[in-house]
Amino acid sequence: MTFSGLLKSIVTGLAVTALCVPAFAADTIKLGVAGAHSGDLASYGLPTVNAAKVVVEKINAAGGINGKQVELLIQDDQCKPEQATNVATKLVSDGANVVLGHICSGATKAALPIYTEAKLIAMSPSATNPMLTQSGDYPTFFRTIASDDMQARLGVDFAIEKLGAKKIAVLHDKGDYGKGYAEFARKFIEEGGKAEVVMFEGVTPGAPDYSAVVQKIRRFKADTVIYGGYHPEASKIISQMRKKRIKANFVSDDGVKDDTFIKVAGKNAEGVYASGPIDVSNLPMYKEAIAAHVKMFGSEPGAFYPAAYAATVAMLTAIERADSTDYEAVTAKLRSEFVDTPVGKIKFNEKGDAEGVGFSMYQVQNGKYIELK
Amino acid sequence: MDWDFFIELGLGGLTRGSIYALIAIGYTMVYGIIELINFAHGEIYMLGAFTGLIVAGVMGIYGFPAVAILLMAIVIAVLYCAAYGYTMEKVAYKPLRGAARLSPLISAIGMSLFLQNYIILAQTSDFLPFPALIPDFEFMEPIAHIFGSTDLVIVVASASSMAALTLFIKFTKLGKAMRATAQNRKMAMLLGINADKIISTTFIIGSSLAALGGVLISTHSGQLNFMIGFIAGVKAFTAAVLGGIGSIPGAMLGGLFLGLAESYAAGYISSDYEDVFAFSLLVIFLIFRPSGILGKAPVEKV
Repeated sequence: MTFSGLLKSIVTGLAVTALCVPAFAADTIKLGVAGAHSGDLASYGLPTVNAAKVVVEKINAAGGINGKQVELLIQDDQCKPEQATNVATKLVSDGANVVLGHICSGATKAALPIYTEAKLIAMSPSATNPMLTQSGDYPTFFRTIASDDMQARLGVDFAIEKLGAKKIAVLHDKGDYGKGYAEFARKFIEEGGKAEVVMFEGVTPGAPDYSAVVQKIRRFKADTVIYGGYHPEASKIISQMRKKRIKANFVSDDGVKDDTFIKVAGKNAEGVYASGPIDVSNLPMYKEAIAAHVKMFGSEPGAFYPAAYAATVAMLTAIERADSTDYEAVTAKLRSEFVDTPVGKIKFNEKGDAEGVGFSMYQVQNGKYIELK
Repeated sequence: MDWDFFIELGLGGLTRGSIYALIAIGYTMVYGIIELINFAHGEIYMLGAFTGLIVAGVMGIYGFPAVAILLMAIVIAVLYCAAYGYTMEKVAYKPLRGAARLSPLISAIGMSLFLQNYIILAQTSDFLPFPALIPDFEFMEPIAHIFGSTDLVIVVASASSMAALTLFIKFTKLGKAMRATAQNRKMAMLLGINADKIISTTFIIGSSLAALGGVLISTHSGQLNFMIGFIAGVKAFTAAVLGGIGSIPGAMLGGLFLGLAESYAAGYISSDYEDVFAFSLLVIFLIFRPSGILGKAPVEKV
């Protein structure tokens, strides 16, 4: 967008604000929805728009929030950071009370300074970059999805506390996902100080044989292997470990929590731990949310729909409980009171991450992944 | 110096090297005779693994003992791949015999992609488990933690098939004809050697060894998909070049050399650099000894 475009949107925004501010305070609660609604990544953003529509229709039909109807302000940022700043400015000037979004981490990061400045709550169902909450730079930001490092945190805590790991070999497949997981795992182990990282290495995906790495696991006397990556390499590593009579525990991520892993690794998969999303498919509210989507749009919802539904419910409930759209009051409610959502009972911590969403540990038992409570 | 670790890595490298050597022979034999780098060779290896899997699956249903399944899987995979190698040469390379050198090379790449896609369509693009057909031998148990039964079988099978191949080339009439064709195809033809037949034989032998490798390695690694031929092929090709492309003992030596080098690099430095190490070796060789360990520098004929 050009400078003149930006200017135009600010001017329009100011004009609209001037007209609306006194009016909306009495009339409606404005829920901004920002994310990719067109372009390559629209499939991530559109389910969140649907989620907002479903929730808002239900609330409005039941008389609104404390007598006020909820109105949607939908803005498309195409997951582009430069568009996201425009969208954020527009939403602020249009008088949004809370924002559902943004979708992509990059776009979210670009928009957040504007919301912070305006003291406007933004809650993302899908931006997983750890720094968004951990940096502490964006106090108005919340999210209903676990950040990328949560799995590594869970894996490390599980290995050290439940399995009593002292010497941990951290392996990865050199890919973005696997290496990112492994780097977080190494960081958490070193920060915790209760166990040591005896080796940190990447393996070559597709290589016919991992015996050198496996011998090293033995040489460093690792009692636990934490692996970041996908199932083909994981099954090869675990099989070669067991073949070489290495009994170390194997802990991994949701790239490994896949039935193909069990199929390929066979009996060697037994006892392997892997983290995966908490199973919410049995929650009544989850089923209800899916059914509402099918009824309204005639199709099954896409990815992030449950998380977006949860974010919408969380924000609107907090407004209702606070009986205000004031930033401080709503934030206090978000942080202090649990709310029922399709992804479970959640509230938010100081940094803005949802407690109660995320991952749980699974273990392969008799050829199936069993959730460990 | 931690000798135990050194020996462990050496044995690991030996297994890996034997695998590379088995596949490298196919590259080097074909190159020796028609100066073609057969890029589809890795796919023949992959086909061998798939054939072995199908045989193992069918025989597994009838409850045959693992050793019988392994032998049968190898025999059928070898026959099947030999037929593939023969057909591939007739279809993709023979019509281009007189063409510029680049044409059969492109044809080889095309063949490689064709075979990968054929497996995706006819079988699957998923990873499949490969049954462990090599039982844990009782007498290997004391050292199973460093050198298991599958390692033993792979090394023994590779060594004996290579020995058999060497004897075949040295002492049989067909072997002599192959050497003659490799040295000078025109001269060999003038002396009454049927060069087409020799080339076909070369493809059959190379493909058979690749099939053997495919079955053995898949039972070692426990899995396969349509892409396994690519990395194995690239590594084996590197081994063939290291050893001196065109030379059969060179391919064996190159395979072992590469396998050991990778294993020690992964063990003492980091497996992050395994591939970097393998291909750096290749570059160094290409600079300082382009003809490889055992290769002869080409003599310009005037």
